[in-house]
This record gives sequence, C-alpha cells and structure tokens, in this order.
Amino acid sequence: MTERCILIVDDELSVRSSLEEWFREDGFRVETAEDGQAALRAMDRGPFDIILLDLKMPGMDGITVQKRVREIDPAATIIILTAYASVQTAVEALKLGAFDYVTKPVDPDDLSNLVRNALQTRALAEENVRLKEKVSELAAIAPIVGVSARMEHVLEMIRTVAETDSSVVIRGESGTGKELVARAIHAQSRRRYFPLVAVNSGSIPESLLESELFGHEKGAYTGAQYRRKGKIELANGGTLFLDEIGDITPKMQIGLLRVLETHRFTRLGGNQEIASDFRLICATHKNLEKLVEEEVFREDLFYRINVFSIQVPPLRERPEDILPLSRFFVEKYARAMGKPIRAVSPEAEAALLAHRWPGNVRELENAIERAMVVGKGPALDARDLPLAAQSDAAGEPQARSLAALEKDHVARVLRDCSGNVTQAAKVLGIDRATLYNKLKRYGLRR
Amino acid sequence: MAVPIHLAYVDGPTPGWSDALIAGVADVFPNPIRAFSAPVDLTPCFVPSRQQHHATLVLAALLRHRPDASSKILGIVPVDLFIPVLTFVFGQAQLDGPGAVVSTYRLRSEFYGLAEDEGVLVERAIKECVHELGHAFGLVHCDFYDCVMHASSTVDEVDVKGAAFCGHCVSVLEGKGWE
Repeated sequence: MTERCILIVDDELSVRSSLEEWFREDGFRVETAEDGQAALRAMDRGPFDIILLDLKMPGMDGITVQKRVREIDPAATIIILTAYASVQTAVEALKLGAFDYVTKPVDPDDLSNLVRNALQTRALAEENVRLKEKVSELAAIAPIVGVSARMEHVLEMIRTVAETDSSVVIRGESGTGKELVARAIHAQSRRRYFPLVAVNSGSIPESLLESELFGHEKGAYTGAQYRRKGKIELANGGTLFLDEIGDITPKMQIGLLRVLETHRFTRLGGNQEIASDFRLICATHKNLEKLVEEEVFREDLFYRINVFSIQVPPLRERPEDILPLSRFFVEKYARAMGKPIRAVSPEAEAALLAHRWPGNVRELENAIERAMVVGKGPALDARDLPLAAQSDAAGEPQARSLAALEKDHVARVLRDCSGNVTQAAKVLGIDRATLYNKLKRYGLRR
Repeated sequence: MAVPIHLAYVDGPTPGWSDALIAGVADVFPNPIRAFSAPVDLTPCFVPSRQQHHATLVLAALLRHRPDASSKILGIVPVDLFIPVLTFVFGQAQLDGPGAVVSTYRLRSEFYGLAEDEGVLVERAIKECVHELGHAFGLVHCDFYDCVMHASSTVDEVDVKGAAFCGHCVSVLEGKGWE
C-alpha cells in the first residue's frame, strides 16, 4: 500500500504538533506549514492526499492559500479548519472547492470520519479517471484506414468538427463508411463518455420509427405493455446518429425538427416533456439539396441538420486506399479466424486494384472476408477473391476512360498469367518493356 | 533484555484494579512490567477555558518521572485529556518514543450515565494501555477491526476491538526486534 500523505497548515504550533502526532499514529506521512508561503513551498514535497488548512493565518489567509494550492494541484483534497466565528468564510472556501470544513475543537470521531470520507472520495475520483481512460481505450473505434489525400481531408474534418457540438451530415455512397466517420466524431468529442445511439431511419417503418425515436408510455398503443425509452432519450449526454436521414417521412421530419429546436419531446402516449441533451449526426447517400428542391425533404430541417457536411469519397475515387484497406482487413480476419494469412499476393493486389468497387469499402471487406474463409495462405490469393464474377454480373454501368479499361485489362491478363510478365506481354501483343511501363503507370504489381 | 514498561498512576493512589490491568498488559507484552504511583503535578497542564488537561503537557511532565532512560513509561490519569483541535483524546503516545498516557475519564461507564462497572473499566483500560504502548513501540493504527491498534474515536469502538495485536502488527513489532 502506498503511504498516505497529509499537509497541515496552521499558524499555531500546538495545533500543528498535536495533529502531526495524531496523523502519524494513523500511519500518515505528515508535513506541516506555519503559514501560506510555507504551505506553497511544501507543495513541492507533495502530492498530498489531504491538505488540512487553517483559514485564519497571519499574512496570506486560508482562502488565498486554497486558490494558490489549487493552481499547483487542481485535484487537491482540502479540508478547512476554522473557528465557529469564521464559518461564513468556511462556506466561501467550500464554494471554491474545499472538500469540507471542521470547527475547532473537533470531535475525534468526526475528524476520523471526515478524513476517511475524503480519502474514499479521492480514491473514487482517481479510479474514475483511470476507468474513463480504460473505457476510452476499450471503446476506441475501428480505425479509418486511408492514405489518399481525400481521406486525409475527411480525417481532418472529423478532428475539426469533433471539438464542436454542431450537427453534422455525412454524405457518401452506400458502403463508404459513414457510420465509422460518425463514430470517429463521437469518440473524439467531449461526449465520448456517453453513448452513441445509432438509428437506421431507412430500415424502420414510420410507425415503428416514431416509437423507436421518442419511446412510448405503457398502453400508448396495442402491444405497448411497458414504458420504453426512445433513442433520443437514451442519447442524453451523447450523440444520436440517424442513418439514411433522407429516407424519413414528412411527418417524422416535423417531429424531428421540433426536438432539434427545443431538445425536448414527449414519449408516445405521454404528457410529460422530457429533455435530452444530444448531438445529432446524420448520414445519407441521397442528394439532400435535390430532395429539398423536390419538396420531399423540409428545407428548415435541412438547414438545422446541415451545419457541417462531410463527404466520404467512394473507393473508386481513391484507389490508393484499396491496398492499405485490404491489408487491414486481411489482418483483421486473420486474427478473428485464427488463419496464418498475413499478406496479399501480387496477383490479388492487381485484382483488387482493377476492381471498381461499386459497393465501396463494405464490398471490399466482404470480398476479403470471403477470400480469407477459403484461402489457405500464406498470402491472400487472387483465385480466392470473388471479383471477376461480380464485375461481370455488375457489368459496366458507367462510361469509362480508355486508360481505366486498359488498366483493368492489363491487371486481368496479368492475373490470368499468374503474374508472368513475359506470358502476359505475349497475350497483350506488346513487348515486356511496354508492359513494365504500363504496370508502373497504373500502380499494378505482378 | 526486553525494554521494561513502567505503569505510572498519576494524580492518585494505585487503584484496586491495578493487578488486573498489569495482568492484561502482560498477556500482550512479555516485557517486565512495574506499576507505581507517580507524584506528577497536573496543575500546570490544566486549561481552565476547556476544563481539561493538555495531553501533551501531561506526557512531558510524566517523562520526568521515568525511572531509567531505556524504559517505556505509560501514565494512567483519571482526568479528561485533550489536544488542541480535538475535543478529547483517550490517550496519547510518542510514536516509537519513551512515553504514553491514557485517560480513564471517558472509559468509565459513569461518564455515559451508566452504573459504575469496574470490569468494563479494566477491560477498556487494558485495551487503551496496550494501544498507546503499541504506538510507543512504533506501531501505527491498524485497519483490522479486531486488532488492538485499530483506531478508536468512541468508547463503543474500544469495546468492539480486541485486546491483542493482529498477526500483521506482531510481525511489524518483531521486525523492530520485539521479543
């Protein structure tokens, strides 16, 4: 057990020495100071578990000493010693953060209880800090993997917006990782010790969404046998993440707008207004401005939620992120499945780079997961990736440049030739040097 | 040779329960124990504003009556003791030092409006004497509720704890060369 330390600050020698003896018998390391200046010097020998501070001292008074001590050690547990005549000053000391005060002379039982409570409170506060740090570590979100300039920009925006309490709309195609961005904002915000409550507005019918968001009282509707808290109430102190905000009905839009304006609401079937302090983050794959133009989405709600907007780029617009993401998923599933696959073969890399990824990062993760299931190792092989069939099935929905087509074709032929450049060059009808130049230009590997 | 312990009755003759007290202390301390009546003048230790005796001054006066420099002296006084800041103390000791003092004033049942009970008084006095002597031999308060070194701010707490050292405190004393 670590030694407990106490600092006794009192101008009366008899008080200092008797308390010193008392606390030494209690196993404390005791330091004493006869005035404020000596107390501040003694702080160098701290930190102290408890500081017993006399209010009335010549020179620097106890209140001033308390303020100065707090500047040195903001977590100091200060107990004020005072005479009955100066109780008013003791109250002032309490307002400044003193733990408690005792009037001289104090009953030994009261002093023992006070010291015991102060130590327990301090221990709990320290434990609380440790646990919060631990929770922070454990609740660390899945990292956003990306080396491209566009993802660097997204990460920078996350850092910027996390410090504020503004509403955020995260836009991007399906599978780009919008919820991951929302969780990253929450994890870096001051609300991180409170919950992030996610609701997928698009997947829940309107009748259920209302109950899901606002909760309901017992008997609010058939089947409502118990009172149930809604997601808005559960998000109190934290963040409410509404995915697919572009899909909610006009009626829900009105309800949501009211909550956002007042941060108050009533449960379904209830009369009591409930307050909830939450930060709203929305996500959508739809063009909200267009929905506003079409009068499908309320303009006032749009401006309320669209304080800050983050666009998550599709994977095809940041091909330099494909391989880092692939390696991340390989490691993730190798750990989860206990497989000895730790790398991606050059052929698999070429195939991954050649694919268009219409389903974005989610599709990439699924492809890697499936390849990891069937793969034997030691590296992830192109044959295990379910890409070719998928690309064929998906067709080519958009007009593509010649360079993109050439890149895909070169990667495919190289893969078919198991990375043999001579053979691939022969199939393509070009010489090896030309093929090497193309591989370099398109960032392809053998 | 173990350090001799002198039990000094102050401000009065040796009480009738002295043998019981010595026996109780001797159950814990194997040291040679001698009791005597010490002619200590407590008048200078009395503080009229509090109507109590200053424990530190009593202890200082007592130490002048210590028979030899190598012994421990424990004064037993019938008066109410205090130290500044605190309303009262059951006793006081010099940690790892030569002297200690115990007041029987608040150990008596009469103080709490109950009938006189010498058995209870002796039991409490043994615990407090062993406790203060424990301090004089270098022990600090112990968290174990049954250990005699457990801190007692009320007479109820004195009654609850035992009269002997716990294993931990014994090992600490042995580490200090206690036999």
